[in-house]
Amino acid sequence: MIFPEFVGGVHLPPLVPYIALAGTIGFILMILPGLIWIERVVIALMQDRSGPNRVGPRGLLQSTADVVKLFFKEDMSPKSADIKIYYLAPFLTVLCAFSAGGVLPLQTLTFHLANGDFQTVPLTVGDVNIGVLYILAVSSLQVYGVVLAGWASNNKYSLLGGLRGSAQLISYELSMGLAILCVVLFSGTCQLNKIVDAQSGAPFGLPLPEIFNGSIFSWFWLGTGIIPVVIYTIAMIAETNRAPFDLPEAESELIAGFHTEYSSMKFAMFFTGEYVSMLVVSGLNAALFWGGPLPPLNIIPFTLIPGFVWFITKVMGGIFFYTWLRATYPRLRYDALMHLGWKRMLPLGLVWLFLLAVVSLGRSPAKSADNVPEKPVTATQQVQTLPNAVAHR
Amino acid sequence: MGFLRTLQNTADGAKALTTGARITMRHYMGQLLKTEPLQTVQYPEERREQFPRTRWRHVLTRYENGLEKCIGCSLCAGACPARCIYVEAAENTDEDRYSPGERYAVKYEINMLRCIFCGFCQDACPTGAIVLRKDFELADFTRKDFLYTKEMLLEGASVIPLTAVGTHKEAVK
Repeated sequence: MIFPEFVGGVHLPPLVPYIALAGTIGFILMILPGLIWIERVVIALMQDRSGPNRVGPRGLLQSTADVVKLFFKEDMSPKSADIKIYYLAPFLTVLCAFSAGGVLPLQTLTFHLANGDFQTVPLTVGDVNIGVLYILAVSSLQVYGVVLAGWASNNKYSLLGGLRGSAQLISYELSMGLAILCVVLFSGTCQLNKIVDAQSGAPFGLPLPEIFNGSIFSWFWLGTGIIPVVIYTIAMIAETNRAPFDLPEAESELIAGFHTEYSSMKFAMFFTGEYVSMLVVSGLNAALFWGGPLPPLNIIPFTLIPGFVWFITKVMGGIFFYTWLRATYPRLRYDALMHLGWKRMLPLGLVWLFLLAVVSLGRSPAKSADNVPEKPVTATQQVQTLPNAVAHR
Repeated sequence: MGFLRTLQNTADGAKALTTGARITMRHYMGQLLKTEPLQTVQYPEERREQFPRTRWRHVLTRYENGLEKCIGCSLCAGACPARCIYVEAAENTDEDRYSPGERYAVKYEINMLRCIFCGFCQDACPTGAIVLRKDFELADFTRKDFLYTKEMLLEGASVIPLTAVGTHKEAVK
């Protein structure tokens, strides 16, 4: 799809980030009740139950009714709570969850410029060149919501939940970082759109037909050898505190963990934050390992569907995976959680990163140079260009 | 050795996890394709079939000719471990006859809040008057509503006993 540069005198390309902003936030807020519905129905079907089916057709309005209920519930706060931090925590959770979604590569739009050239603009809120780092940083900030909520509630269960949350996040952030490093090593960039571009070539640089260019086989889940995607997926579940890693809010041990003392909309904000961060982390998974907005095969029915539909499909696949695991596995014991993080995933990730580094040394620079940034200007070049510039004047 | 065992354990764990994930996925696909039965009973619309000897709501039964089986002997009240049955007996007369024997129950009350549905009253009854049937929806709004009187417990008569017609009319007045 190619868009003109001007529509009714409005210059379109600079508006793209704002469209992405409105689209991302709008989509996330629209899909949230649907997400809860999907989760409840999928878990129900996996357990041979029928799930919500009373409110609206097939229970679709159930979560809407729940939201309305949450609006009208009494907003209480404990007498001995540290009131400023207590109110700050849910806001922090939601804010960090939403802002982490800002760098996800939804699609690339092509504009036909007035002078006849074509310009591609990524449909991303902020296409920063340290996108991966940014997501890691902001989603780590999210643990402050959990820790501060646990601390400020002045409740022993909440405090235990907050402690567990911080410990869990620290352990799994490392393995997650290693898995992402494997991708960064192969793509040579931290910018998510360029990582997607790096997956659009032929699988393993093999001379295969056009169909396989940017197909499911050339994405990084296979390109980096499956281990990083497994590590990342496990770490992403632990990172968002979902079952089977939901120790911070283990309802059978800690009532509700860090949000025990939160009611009505403050609880709803924690809930929103959790689901939004699920979406964002699945989105990062889709962008890093599953080709982001790329269609699974480079042939006509797939390529006609716009990229953001593929992206959302992949994100929803991630959400389904979350739900699947939640329906299947019991919660990990605390020491088993630490054991898995530090003694299994971290060494495996380190060894795999080392192996991939060796492999990428062997690759010829020409093949991986699809997205090498322009060469830094050396001193001699600067000296050479200087007289020219003067001469032009 | 230690390292190999660790590897073996990890592989075994991964295998176990895959088995579990496959089971849930099989059930999910079974539900999607409607090849497996749904276990849910959509309660207010459909009710599960009760077992034949289920003990729920009490009923005071009648003979085929419409006379009450209860003779007001209070054996049920004596057998009741929760002491929730109260019986008050009175003499039958030829003009005012409720049961075939000498006496009948004027008052027969069961406090359903105290009843434990043990069925001892049914065992103790010499004439088989009180039985526990399958109606299980006994919820109500106030405590008073749980005090079941004789009128509530008595089975509807298929044949109106001729001897009791007059008295029933008086009761209505």
